[in-house]
Amino acid sequence: MIHREHDKVLRALLGPAGPELSCEECFEHLDRYVELEVGGADADEAIPGMRAHLQGCPACHEDHASLRSFVLSEGSDSR
Amino acid sequence: MSVGGAVSVGAMEASRVRPQQQAAVSAGPDAESCAWVAALQKPGRQGDAVARLHDLLLRAAHFEVNRRRATLPHLRGDDFDDLAMQSADDALVAVLAKLGTYRGESRFTTWAYKFALLEAAVKLRRRAWQGRELPLAPETWSLLPAGGPSPAATAERGELLDGLQHAIAHELTPHQREVLVATTLNGVPIDVLAERLNTTRGALYKSLHDARHKLRAHLAAQGLSIGGEGEEES
Repeated sequence: MIHREHDKVLRALLGPAGPELSCEECFEHLDRYVELEVGGADADEAIPGMRAHLQGCPACHEDHASLRSFVLSEGSDSR
Repeated sequence: MSVGGAVSVGAMEASRVRPQQQAAVSAGPDAESCAWVAALQKPGRQGDAVARLHDLLLRAAHFEVNRRRATLPHLRGDDFDDLAMQSADDALVAVLAKLGTYRGESRFTTWAYKFALLEAAVKLRRRAWQGRELPLAPETWSLLPAGGPSPAATAERGELLDGLQHAIAHELTPHQREVLVATTLNGVPIDVLAERLNTTRGALYKSLHDARHKLRAHLAAQGLSIGGEGEEES
């Protein structure tokens, strides 16, 4: 339990190890990234650095989750 | 609302990627997206395109407000409706101002939704922290979870945490330490902190990125293995 808490703290402090987009770039590509994800395409290959940024930036992580959920809900509404 | 503004990202260049160069070539916008853009670009914006766009943005804003409603138990229904309407209004201004930057890499509606969701999310995060003092970098901060037992973790893990705590205290600038501690240990949303410090989310994230880079470099120089730490659990 305590290990898990420590790991969570370490992940938050150290962030992603690899290359990542900036917040501005993340917002710029977010719509395309989500459509690729929802469509089952390899969004991470198409937009490298996005996944790492979403892991490192809690605000962008939330924005991504919101857009993904909304697009999915719109898709299910229209079916 | 913008996530960034003019931010010098020179220090991030080494670890940055350029999606445009590697992304697949887009097939261009679909017919419905083209129709949206044409209607909105019409001189004088004739017709009801702007009103339809506002309806669409309001729907997205309501979705976000409802998603986060539980985080603001002190607000009433009218407050949430007002927040959604303000978000849709601000998003409409942003979408119309940035219409020329839409490249058709996603459906127009998806592109527009993100502005409404961002506006709503930022407003809700700010409302949640309104009137609260931000826990920036208290003298007594600790890496150990509050209320947890003493570090009975492995010696290696304890060494890593000690090294990290030392690096935070001695390797970072006061600003980097403030941003790191506030956003990663104290749960302050980065856009809330940006507003209080009169800067942008993008600029603060760059400070956070630089701080993390220093911490990783320090731990590596000390021979402390960080392995996969920092990577999200799958």
